[in-house]
Amino acid sequence: MNTLLTRRTALAAIASVIATRSALATPEQAKEWLAAQAKGTPTEGKITLKAPEIAENGNAVPITVSVESEMTEKSYVKAIYIAADGNPNPPVATYEFTPLAGKAEVQLRVRLAQTEKLIVVAEMNDGTLYTASREIKVTIGGCGG
Amino acid sequence: MADDIKPRLRVPTTAKKGEVIEVKTLITHPMENGQRKDAAGNVISRQIVNALKVTYNDKPVVNVKLDTAVAANPFMSFFVKVEESGTLKFTWTDDDKNSWTAESKIEVA
Repeated sequence: MNTLLTRRTALAAIASVIATRSALATPEQAKEWLAAQAKGTPTEGKITLKAPEIAENGNAVPITVSVESEMTEKSYVKAIYIAADGNPNPPVATYEFTPLAGKAEVQLRVRLAQTEKLIVVAEMNDGTLYTASREIKVTIGGCGG
Repeated sequence: MADDIKPRLRVPTTAKKGEVIEVKTLITHPMENGQRKDAAGNVISRQIVNALKVTYNDKPVVNVKLDTAVAANPFMSFFVKVEESGTLKFTWTDDDKNSWTAESKIEVA
């Protein structure tokens, strides 16, 4: 009886954890957000997304995003959108460039709640979209209790 | 809390004409994401730096919108193409509309 209760409690606890996780994990929200920022269908390529394969601490995961493009008045990277598809709140950051930036490369540190995919969309000044994504394994999530 | 917030820059002081230089910035800020709870179980309200504007001689270079998924003490690096001597200016804004600025002069040799 005792063991049964314990097992039941344990199962319930696990189930509730899974339930909250899936309620929080929002790959669709991430896609929706990206689609709302940049209209059109992005193609793979042009973007290099550097990130650790395994992040021990999800509180600060260093990433580098660079877009292969010239930065002239005629042709430049207008914006970079970054989303994390397993975070309770998927948007990470938006960068808007002018040709003065010289090079579309940024570094930042992101919070990741769990093992999840980072998705980057780059928008050129003529509206062309490129995308890249990468899964990062997270040992300890970085979204607090 | 607002007193602890201090922007830091790492920007070269000289550059060649037309050089693309790397700029690194950090602002000490907790980036409270609005999901954590305090010891009593109350949700700590969201308070993050949500924007960073970078201008060179008052011309926009990069505008960054930050969301809750940016780590505490947001570190950011990016590039600037320098054609003439001038001042690189950074402005951070948080959810309470507080703002902090930092400037750095670049001499073109």
